[in-house]
Amino acid sequence: MSIWPEERVHALADDGFETVDMTINVGPQHPATHGVFRMVLTVDGEKVVDCEPYIGYLHRGLEKLTENHDYRQAMGWWDRTDYLAGMACEMAYCMAVEKLGNISVPLRAEYIRVMMVELSRILSHFMFFGAFGADVGSFGTSFIYGWRERERIYDFFEEVAGDRMFPTYFRPGGVQMDLPENYQDRVRWLLGSIRQGLEDFDGLLVGNEIFVERCRGLSPVTPEQAIAWGLTGPCLRATGYKFDLRKDEPYSVYPNLKFDIPTGANGDVFDRFMVRMAEAWQSTLIVEQCLDALSQMEGELVLNPDLPKTLRIDSGECYVRTEGTKGEYGVYALAKGGNKPYRMKLRSPSFCNLSALREMVIGTYVADAIIILGSLDIVLGEVDK
Amino acid sequence: MLFADPLFGLPSWIDAIIRIVIVVLVMTVFVIYSTYGERKLVARFQQRLGPMRTGPWGLWQGFADAIKLVGKEDIRPKNADRWVFELAPYATFIPVLLTLMVLPFAENWGVRNLALGVFFVFAVLGLNIVGILMAGLGSGNKYALLGAVRAAAQMISYEIPLVVSLLCVVMITGADTGNGVGTLNLNTIAALQEDRPYIVLQPLAFLIFFTAMLSELHRAPFDIPVAESEIVGGYFVEYSGIRWSMFQLTEYASMWGFAVFGSVVFLGGWAWPFGVDSHWALQLATTFTKALAIVVVIIWIRTTVPRLRIDQLMNFSWKVLLELSFLQLIVNGIILYYDWPQELLALTSAVGAGFLIFLIIRHASARSTKGLLGTYRTLGASSS
Repeated sequence: MSIWPEERVHALADDGFETVDMTINVGPQHPATHGVFRMVLTVDGEKVVDCEPYIGYLHRGLEKLTENHDYRQAMGWWDRTDYLAGMACEMAYCMAVEKLGNISVPLRAEYIRVMMVELSRILSHFMFFGAFGADVGSFGTSFIYGWRERERIYDFFEEVAGDRMFPTYFRPGGVQMDLPENYQDRVRWLLGSIRQGLEDFDGLLVGNEIFVERCRGLSPVTPEQAIAWGLTGPCLRATGYKFDLRKDEPYSVYPNLKFDIPTGANGDVFDRFMVRMAEAWQSTLIVEQCLDALSQMEGELVLNPDLPKTLRIDSGECYVRTEGTKGEYGVYALAKGGNKPYRMKLRSPSFCNLSALREMVIGTYVADAIIILGSLDIVLGEVDK
Repeated sequence: MLFADPLFGLPSWIDAIIRIVIVVLVMTVFVIYSTYGERKLVARFQQRLGPMRTGPWGLWQGFADAIKLVGKEDIRPKNADRWVFELAPYATFIPVLLTLMVLPFAENWGVRNLALGVFFVFAVLGLNIVGILMAGLGSGNKYALLGAVRAAAQMISYEIPLVVSLLCVVMITGADTGNGVGTLNLNTIAALQEDRPYIVLQPLAFLIFFTAMLSELHRAPFDIPVAESEIVGGYFVEYSGIRWSMFQLTEYASMWGFAVFGSVVFLGGWAWPFGVDSHWALQLATTFTKALAIVVVIIWIRTTVPRLRIDQLMNFSWKVLLELSFLQLIVNGIILYYDWPQELLALTSAVGAGFLIFLIIRHASARSTKGLLGTYRTLGASSS
């Protein structure tokens, strides 16, 4: 019965039987791939022998599109890179344009930006908790739990910017408009709900014996390995290496804010999960400080008023890196006059983190490969650009 | 009403057919409503409403689904082995249906009151796996193959603790019947529990039975043969329409079958707490309530816990459940041989059950890092 013609004879087992490695195709349409990612697992029984990832199903030519749009128009494309945290991407893009054109940003706008970015970070992490729980197999319960806080944050985004996932709220030189009047109460209520959500996840997943058993000690990564593979963000911090651009290369108003950088110890899947939990909690503290700061400067400008109608940047080159929700989110920009950038390049954390997948999954079980992929928390919009 | 006699004095084979038809029809309605019930219940656990559109509170959802499934195209993949593929749903469904034949829903209410009831259930239910393997091999799909092999491995592992835990109960019936000979007749086992259900005497056996039952049913946390986030449905991934719905029917029918079986063997069936002389309607209601309780717990577990990995699943069966179930069997044998009081049975088994729970909790807490989130709840807790 040769229904799998592409397979190759792998080895002769001790008893003389020909054994054949089976390849299993996961994706691009598969519940575990979180989008349109495809990986071909070569398995020996339940053990993964090899893994070959295929990407590019969501390639939209974002960098090239940016070259053909006005500086302000192109922003819409950058929302769609890390589509779970659009504002964090806008932040990096705007910072790059501001650096190219030496544009100053009002302080109130900076605080608003940081607050929105941290809310996006929480939102993205909640999506991770939910989807990861589903990967481990908790039949959608964790997914819906994650969805609840996500929807509440999105409701606030909608109120602020008019759109949920792709708000296009930031502008080079500030933000589009001021926050709605009741934002203090709204966000404080939101923070309470977020903390309750984190407690719920702590009980539902971390307090569960099976979850701990599945994740603990799975695919441990040392700091040296992580750096060699180019891991950033929670995946790197889970190894115990403290690297966060918000602290190590502070930008915007992060130097004025107090927060800790959670780190793990073993770099395994469980630590990656816990680092994100702690990080989301720390983000709520950052948002609180932003709210306090914002209440001191009500009515101030949120957009640099000296900007021309069309942004024209003579020449310049810069690389701006921010701590995105998945890791180092870097933008390289090159301007050679005119109202469009000459070149824009994205260093996306998901792409770099994903490159370590093969090394991580070899030698594990099929079920583990799925949750290792989940623990990297990739967003395909960012991987495929 | 004497249900043991043929209905209306009909020939026994016509009588049997009538009873089978009744059981199948009732079971189909039960399955339709347990899918509805499960969706509603799961929705509640997940802060949703569940089906609401089809009829009041979505009550007709099950029928709508059934009509939709019958109307769908019956797809057979090109790679599939035709006859193996097409016969597999029947091979899974028929054994499950056969187990329903011996279950006493009330006193002597069953299709047949077999002297070897417990034995029959396992002899027949073991055939279930043949259909699953047929589906997995015949589909020509690797997910299906992997799911079927997982199901087979899991079934072999968990059948042993399951049977041994039931043997523990069968041993005790020997002391209850008075003549020292145990019984495998399910009707008699239920009747013997008039004073106290066997779960009181054998909590450990019940725990083992329940765990192994979850595994046999491919329910969470043992749903690895159908793992939706890994192998997207496992052995029935290639089926559609009516054939797929037969797998679904099997799943829910076996869930109810096991629930009734468990309630008869461990929870006193129709006899406890209202006695063997109670009205048949009350007996039916008692059995149904107990079975429903088991089903609800199964669904509750499903919505709460994640899935085990295949090697953890095997370890749990071979290294924990098997040992404990045999230990229980030996202890029961010693106590019954020397005619020690039954309280001792309850005590030893309760200690065993406590030990099992302790094992699980200790194992997890030794590995858990509770409090990592706690460290970062406030500012400056970890000085940088």
